[in-house]
Amino acid sequence: MLRATVRGLMGHKVRLLLTAVAVVLGVAFVSGSLIYTDTLKKTFDDLFSQTSPDVVVSAKQAFTSGSGSGVGGDGSATIPAATLATVQRVDGVERARGSVFVNGVQVVGKDGKTLGQPGVPAFGSTWSADPDLSPFRLVEGRGPTRSGEVAIDSQTATKAGLRVGGTVELTTPGATLHVTVVGIFRFGTTGNLAGASITAFDPRTAQQVLLQGADAYTGISAKAKPGVSQETLRQRVVDALGAQAGTLKVQTGKQSADEAAKSITAGLQFFNVFLLVFAGIALVVGSFIILNTFSMLVAQRTRELAMLRAIGASRSQVTRSVLLEALAVGVAGSTVGLGFGVLLSLGLRGLFEALGIDLPAGPLVVSGTTVTAAYAVGVLVTLAAAYLPARRASRVPPVAALQVDATATVRSLRLRAVAGVALLAAGALAVLVGLRSTGDSAPSLVGLGGLLVLVGTVVLSPSISRRVIGWVGSPMRSAGPTGKIAVDNARRNPRRTASTASALMIGLALVSAIGVLGASTTASTDAVIDGVVKADFIASNSAFLPLSPQVATTLQGVQGVQTVSRVQALPVRLKSGVTAFTVVDPATITSMLSIDTVTGSIQGLGTDGLLVDQATATSEGWHLGSAVPATFLDGTARTLVIQGVYKSTGAFSGGVVSTATSRQAGGRDLDLLVYVRLAPGTDLHAARSAVDKAMLQYPDVKIQDQTQYKQSIRDQINQLLYLVYALLALAVVIAILGIVNTLALSVMERTREIGLLRALGMDRRQLRRTVRLESVAISVYGAVLGIVIGLAFGAALQRSLSDQGITELGIPWAVLAVVLVSSVVVGVLAAVWPARRAARLDVLAAIMTE
Amino acid sequence: MAAMTGPGPAGTVTEVPAARAEQLTKVYGEGDTRVVALDAVSVQVQPGRMTAIMGPSGSGKSTLMHCLAGLDSATSGSVFVGGTDLTTLKDRDLTRLRRDRVGFVFQSFNLLPTLTALENITLPLDIAGRDPDPEWLDRVIDAIGLRDRLGHRPSELSGGQQQRVACARALATRPDVIFADEPTGNLDSRSGAQVLGFLRTSVRDLGQTVVMVTHDAGAASYADRVLFLADGRIVDDMADPTAESVLERMKRFDAGGRAV
Repeated sequence: MLRATVRGLMGHKVRLLLTAVAVVLGVAFVSGSLIYTDTLKKTFDDLFSQTSPDVVVSAKQAFTSGSGSGVGGDGSATIPAATLATVQRVDGVERARGSVFVNGVQVVGKDGKTLGQPGVPAFGSTWSADPDLSPFRLVEGRGPTRSGEVAIDSQTATKAGLRVGGTVELTTPGATLHVTVVGIFRFGTTGNLAGASITAFDPRTAQQVLLQGADAYTGISAKAKPGVSQETLRQRVVDALGAQAGTLKVQTGKQSADEAAKSITAGLQFFNVFLLVFAGIALVVGSFIILNTFSMLVAQRTRELAMLRAIGASRSQVTRSVLLEALAVGVAGSTVGLGFGVLLSLGLRGLFEALGIDLPAGPLVVSGTTVTAAYAVGVLVTLAAAYLPARRASRVPPVAALQVDATATVRSLRLRAVAGVALLAAGALAVLVGLRSTGDSAPSLVGLGGLLVLVGTVVLSPSISRRVIGWVGSPMRSAGPTGKIAVDNARRNPRRTASTASALMIGLALVSAIGVLGASTTASTDAVIDGVVKADFIASNSAFLPLSPQVATTLQGVQGVQTVSRVQALPVRLKSGVTAFTVVDPATITSMLSIDTVTGSIQGLGTDGLLVDQATATSEGWHLGSAVPATFLDGTARTLVIQGVYKSTGAFSGGVVSTATSRQAGGRDLDLLVYVRLAPGTDLHAARSAVDKAMLQYPDVKIQDQTQYKQSIRDQINQLLYLVYALLALAVVIAILGIVNTLALSVMERTREIGLLRALGMDRRQLRRTVRLESVAISVYGAVLGIVIGLAFGAALQRSLSDQGITELGIPWAVLAVVLVSSVVVGVLAAVWPARRAARLDVLAAIMTE
Repeated sequence: MAAMTGPGPAGTVTEVPAARAEQLTKVYGEGDTRVVALDAVSVQVQPGRMTAIMGPSGSGKSTLMHCLAGLDSATSGSVFVGGTDLTTLKDRDLTRLRRDRVGFVFQSFNLLPTLTALENITLPLDIAGRDPDPEWLDRVIDAIGLRDRLGHRPSELSGGQQQRVACARALATRPDVIFADEPTGNLDSRSGAQVLGFLRTSVRDLGQTVVMVTHDAGAASYADRVLFLADGRIVDDMADPTAESVLERMKRFDAGGRAV
């Protein structure tokens, strides 16, 4: 029996190769994602453990605001300089230094605008070359020793084209500086800090630039004398600080490194899940191909299997032989897939670099978990997908060996139709219930419903494929005998066609749904900007770093500007968790944005008022006059009073407080956005030039009018969409392989028919076209189903997210057109090889085949 | 239709043959596995007549038909359909010739399962992109006697009915010559007789030319002429055969040496 299995494998090399490719791609994606994220994690762990001193003292904040930078915090809390002296005097401290490390120093590039991207911090720091106390490792030049000198991290230096001895313009929380680059350094031994830029100043300048001249630090690091453990030293420092220790965080180097690594890897976790979702999609799509291939292999070998049964093989032996084939394919596919996974992880690194997401590059980490996961996933998926065909194989009656025309009996599709309709109904019900319910469960119910609809369609597909292919194929039919034969062939084996098309359907349904979501988000923001934003210009920073208050002052002085309104952010901890309030000036904000209050008024904010959106008010049970206890970054706790409830429009959501409240809560006087309104009748172009000219002194400020603002939001959405499309492309590639596989097997099965057609005078070109059109019919069928489901699902998701600001439904016509056209291209591509194979068949040999 | 000379009984020597072979040799394999399937065969197929090719297994009768029909290539010698030398044609022209000037009826698996009977009959015309001649099609359909089953698929027809549809398809293009390879091999005797009767009708009444390979003496008796093959050579040529005379001739293959 084993020998029969091995021979079976060898006899169907090509089709097993195609099946294995499906496994390879799925496994490659799983292992590639794991390798990539493991590597990142290891790199960060190493980075922080290499660069940790023995004891770290930092200012304790009431909570961390979740800025994601992991290092340095917000820099709003400082340690008095005297504390350094206290630490230095502790027994067991060999030496200690104080440092400032604050987000907000950007390098100005050649184009006169700051480098930087949203979410990537740009730190300013105190320079230190002490390898025990500082993570900086000089690569070139020297450290800065006086004001007017800086050292820059090597990655930023490369990006901005900076050299030692050259000058650079910097934007800081205070003034813009023109300084000389005296050194270039690396963070740790491996590289940069997750793409963040670091500019280092001499200690005094650092305090002036970053802390407005305060003689203070954001952190103190200490090196232990030999023989003093980190924990012992930490305890001694805590003791020495006495009462002051309560306001400070004292950690061992290890604790600090772990915390830093953890806060970064928490971000990576999401990333890992994100990639694994796509790996999962690839595997699901791949399993259709495996299922299909084994089904076809079993169908074609009915007589052979019956013969084995006739000569005494038991049912379980037949099942086992098919499963053994699957096992061999699974193991081989997983092994190759793991290899490709390594390449893919390098590819992912390249992809994210190309998208401008810089992450440190350490040696690749292939962990035991990755290897186990790769084999488990590859082998289990293959075995699971081959199980049904294997069981069917065992049911072949021995007498089939004696029948001339031994083909598997055609099983009724009724059961599948019933099950499919039931699943579709259940899915639709879940979507409807999800749409009616409010709160956080709505999108997940809709998601579950969408999944059920997708599965239902897969199950139902064989029952509807004949009819639907009849529709989509009708233009082909009129194109002569090749079209008619092609469409008829595509309708011939509904199960096979349906499961081939399902692979494509899943990928394209997701593409369409994501497309709808993207278009809806864009349409919604456009609507918000059109309907809500009354400001003529919006000033912000390219990396969403806060703007100096001087920006608003300067803008106010520009000819033609009537009003400016500043928007800030205030981190806060509520009972429900950490969030950030939007800080506005009630006097001016209403001339920039329409704020639609349901009850109360924004004018009533005063010094302890809070405005919340409807959804938050409902979920928290707040109404006009409710008391909301809040804790701020500086540790102060206050009780705010709800002064109004507004309809969220997408311009902002959540809690809104006045500038006065923020001031009292220790909020920084730095702006997130500045809205500008021109005096009535002012020429927009002239005003724009004046504003641009006035902003020349602020390279970190980006001025956008409404159109540009819309475009910038659209660009952000598109960047994410393109990333998702790129990852979904993999699922489509696997689906193409599935079509190739099905066609190749169909061509093999229909050898005699092909011989007959050739004998009757069909030339090779016509024959190739027949195969090609069949392929197109299958792929267009998959695309049509995918688009319909994707549209419906995308629309349902949009409705369920309308509370969260996605109020408009956008249909991405261009994306849908591309999907439909590319399905034709997919069909044509998939048919290239099978069509050539069919055309090459020798006429006489084909017609004489048994 | 160049070689069509119209309906009529026996052709004369001066007529252009519907198909002919000259010194046709077909060799399979090389060295130890070398097999001479046809050994310098020269034969003419007269138009408007039904010719049967008979012979024991391995005599080369199928090879001869395949070569005459342009399905197989000659090792040496030449093959003509009408005035066209097949040995000089490229695949593309050979395909055209099969499509426009030759008709086929195979032993089994003759029809496309996805097409209806009528669609199968007009398939060669569809492939060529030509419209059928409705009058001719009508006559052919009447002759097979399946007018009421034209919308059925092959799986809904009996074996005999399927084979009659295949014959109609072969006739649909009014080819120079129809080649039938054991057309009754898979049929019971009654269905077989209907198919053979139809082939003879198509020769007698519709003026077609039919070449049929068979090993059944009864089937051969429907022909105007029987060629006997043995070991790749034509060993006999019998006009106006009867089942008895053919059977008698066949017995000599079994009894005496095969090479006469």
